[in-house]
Amino acid sequence: MPQSAEKVLDHAKLFQEPEYVEMFERKRAEFENAPPAPMVKEIGDWTKSWEYREKNLGREALCINPAKACQPLGAVFAGAGYEGSLSFVHGSQGCVAYYRSHLARHFKEPSSAVSSSMTEDAAVFGGLNNMIDGLANAYALYSPKMIAVSTTCMAEVIGDDLNSFILQAKEKGSVPQDFAVPYAHTPAFVGSHIDGYDNMQKGILETFWKDAKRVPGEGINIIPGFDGFAVGNIRELKRMLALMGVETTILSDVSDVYDTPSDGEFRMYAGGTSLDEVKGALNAKATVSMQEYCSRKTLEFCEEHGQATASFHYPLGVRATDEFLMAMTDLTGTTIPDSLKLERGRLVDALADSQSYLHGKTYAIFGDPDFVYAMARFLLETGGEPRHCLATNGGKAWEKQMRELLASSPFGKDCQVWAGKDLWALRSIMATEPVDLLIGNSHGKYLERDLGTPLIRLAFPIFDRHHHHRFPTWGYQGAINVLVKILDKIFDRLDAESGAPGQDISFDLTR
Amino acid sequence: MDSMNADTAEMREQLIEEVLAAYPDKSRKKRQKHLAVAQPAPADDPAIASKCDGVKSNIKSLPGVMTIRGCAYAGSKGVVWGPVKDMVHISHGPVGCGQYSWSQRRNYYTGTTGVDSFVTMQITTDFQEKDIVFGGDKKLDKVIDEIAELFPLAKGISVQSECPIGLIGDDIEAVSRKKAKEIGKTIVPVRCEGFRGVSQSLGHHIANDSIRDWVLEKEGTATGPQPGPYDINIVGDYNIGGDAWASRRLLEEMGLRVVGNWSGDATLAEMERAPKAKLNLIHCYRSMNYICRYMEEKYGIPWMEYNFFGPSQIAASLRAVAQKFDETIQENAEKVIAKYQPLVDAVLAKYRPRLEGKSVMLYVGGLRPRHVVTAYDDLGMVIAGTGYEFAHADDYKRTGEFIKEGTLIYDDVTGYELEKFVEKIRPDLVGSGIKEKYPVQKMGIPFRQMHSWDYSGPYHGYDGFAIFARDMDLAINNPVWDLFSAPWGEKAA
Ligand code: SF4
Ligand code: SF4
Repeated sequence: MPQSAEKVLDHAKLFQEPEYVEMFERKRAEFENAPPAPMVKEIGDWTKSWEYREKNLGREALCINPAKACQPLGAVFAGAGYEGSLSFVHGSQGCVAYYRSHLARHFKEPSSAVSSSMTEDAAVFGGLNNMIDGLANAYALYSPKMIAVSTTCMAEVIGDDLNSFILQAKEKGSVPQDFAVPYAHTPAFVGSHIDGYDNMQKGILETFWKDAKRVPGEGINIIPGFDGFAVGNIRELKRMLALMGVETTILSDVSDVYDTPSDGEFRMYAGGTSLDEVKGALNAKATVSMQEYCSRKTLEFCEEHGQATASFHYPLGVRATDEFLMAMTDLTGTTIPDSLKLERGRLVDALADSQSYLHGKTYAIFGDPDFVYAMARFLLETGGEPRHCLATNGGKAWEKQMRELLASSPFGKDCQVWAGKDLWALRSIMATEPVDLLIGNSHGKYLERDLGTPLIRLAFPIFDRHHHHRFPTWGYQGAINVLVKILDKIFDRLDAESGAPGQDISFDLTR
Repeated sequence: MDSMNADTAEMREQLIEEVLAAYPDKSRKKRQKHLAVAQPAPADDPAIASKCDGVKSNIKSLPGVMTIRGCAYAGSKGVVWGPVKDMVHISHGPVGCGQYSWSQRRNYYTGTTGVDSFVTMQITTDFQEKDIVFGGDKKLDKVIDEIAELFPLAKGISVQSECPIGLIGDDIEAVSRKKAKEIGKTIVPVRCEGFRGVSQSLGHHIANDSIRDWVLEKEGTATGPQPGPYDINIVGDYNIGGDAWASRRLLEEMGLRVVGNWSGDATLAEMERAPKAKLNLIHCYRSMNYICRYMEEKYGIPWMEYNFFGPSQIAASLRAVAQKFDETIQENAEKVIAKYQPLVDAVLAKYRPRLEGKSVMLYVGGLRPRHVVTAYDDLGMVIAGTGYEFAHADDYKRTGEFIKEGTLIYDDVTGYELEKFVEKIRPDLVGSGIKEKYPVQKMGIPFRQMHSWDYSGPYHGYDGFAIFARDMDLAINNPVWDLFSAPWGEKAA
């Protein structure tokens, strides 16, 4: 009997016990009509061949293991970063259960959002009544300060008009007339979660800036973008800007929302950009986006209102941070304090100390377009060689920017850029043109298992490791965190592959 | 009255009133029907411990209240079809639904992923605007060809419809029929669009019907062992964390032959072969009773519910199953129970003293809110409240067999209600889902996810009970709960 009370075995060990192993074999042989083992082996090998790669990359319709999610997820994330804000997703309710779970699994935090729970009758008659009752219920039960409305596929396909629905709901008294109900149409069959983020941000600014007159001031707005490391990154951003004495408004500050304390109280709302700040943001001198592909429409909107704009690609690493800080000084006229220069020096020091382990390492990177750009750029600084850069939600413009970046360094010359491809394509790519390390999110663990390439988790979602999102990846200090993660993986691998019993080769105490 | 006194029952009635007070009138009237306190069992019904069917269920959720429910797609792709391992399940529509449900149900299986098994893959038609505008049938057609080419060992394909499919008038049945002929494999179209029905539940039903229409009623290709007198199917066990394996072992040990496992670790052949079995054993009644009833009508296969959570129910179930067979099996059942008794005794000796008297609130799907109750009883724990996301009236009726009067019952609970109930009752443990986990823990109350076993398991069978007991203990008795308040109290700034 494998189980005992003294040492309780759960799935991780239990199913390796002979009783179970034998049972699996019997089930397979007698009942499963499974293909014979040699055939499985043969086909398995074939899936890693060049021949398979051609078929796999030649796919025109099928999508397998994509690295992207749908628009409303980004809208819910953006909506969460405002004071007392409740996300309300108009459409079928199953989607909302999914967004909440998805975010909770990554941040290990509560994730609140409501649905208008449309069903078959709403498909026929439209979802107006769901909007009217839904806003009334959400307002009464959860006492939000604003309700950020986005849409699921269902509402988009039947063509519900959010603006008119919200006006009618207000007429009916669902929420007070002056209560803020920003909205964004977020069709899941267009773009991805980063576009949903953009649309919701724009919707929020539209609502708060409507009818207001801009009195240009000195402030700077910052849009962080969709980011699994938002908790650490936004705090790091604020710290750096405070050191520079720059007055900023973070538009959608989720850093406290997805990092509430355990002290006996559940805070459905925590922190977030205050509604006064959002209103005041109209007067800012400029709006700066930390992630271009999360904010194209929003920045356009800011420009229309007379603001200067600038966007970055997830400032990570030495030069990307340099650029960001210098851009901030250009915009505000402040200077970069010595303390940040010291931090820069410490990062460069760390890179110099570890260069012999970093130089020439090859990488595959996947994730959202700005992240992949940032990561590749940082790796180039370490002497690493990105070989495959993939963004399922990256388009032509991104591809071009990537090529320019890679052309700027001799370490980038062998890199291929894969816009629009998925992780099953990446499997073929890495099987035929292997790399030393893979950088991406938790979904990459299947590639690690199938191909043996170690995975470094630096992108959303991270479900199977805890608390990484609490540490920044932006700025000089963030880059040190990233560096340590990469190095730990390299060293762990080196140890695991050396020091086999019976010899003492390469298992060095000091590295 | 047992452990619950009249005061408690009254307090709970009052609590319901308090919670309802927050709703706008129209919604209050509707929610009222879903909340109740379990009533004394009628004297003429000795089979039940209390009356729990006072609540209304399987009704549309109110908009804007933060229902915890999912949708029909989740019920079909996520629950019933997704675990069938040698088929490719297409999330048909835009990318989201499949992305969020990717690998989240922990349906364990043996096999080589991407080669002869496909459960932990997210395979989607990834609809773009043009597919919505011009229809997606062409794309589906092409996708099926590409699957056939890239996954030659897949035994079949299911098409799991997401919301847009039913709204744009696609004919996935026609495409499936045509392509099944072309590629020579089973293709199952499933109309489980998320807007159908009121929860996951209709998705289960639709998925069951699609098994009936597109698998059982077709000429299957399953070859396999000659039918035997002890052949059974396990139905409605999704092998979460390996549940179905811990169950299978016991049934095999007692001399039965499990010819099909629906649908955890299942193959298409196991489904096709099911009608040749002698008995269907159903664990999750809610999600798979439909197909059992069908097999009973059509093939005369009897079915019975059983419960493999906790030693009392395991023993009772083993005996009840054995009753359907001959004396040899009955003797074997006793042997199996006797064999595991020392393990049960040791588990109880170790954990019961640490858990005795602790109170639990549950809120799960369609089965566990009643099925796990006796496992907690076995550990000396007390159920303070329970409720289902997507049960029907027959589930609430059955709930009365397991829970005591005075227990708080909440159907399709809202985020608001659950938070208030938990805050007021302050149980020693809450068992629910990922969305509920962190709010409850922040309040300083231990929590276990009872859909996914919180990444643990199995919980079924004797092997599973030891893990269940360990997990409840580690959740409740972890020292972190004593660290919540800072010691300086008034000294704070
Ligand atoms: S793809 Fe559409 S139906 Fe699916 S989760 Fe996203 S919005 Fe909902
Ligand atoms: S046990 Fe509950 S959650 Fe699991 S499949 Fe059945 S009804 Fe669904």
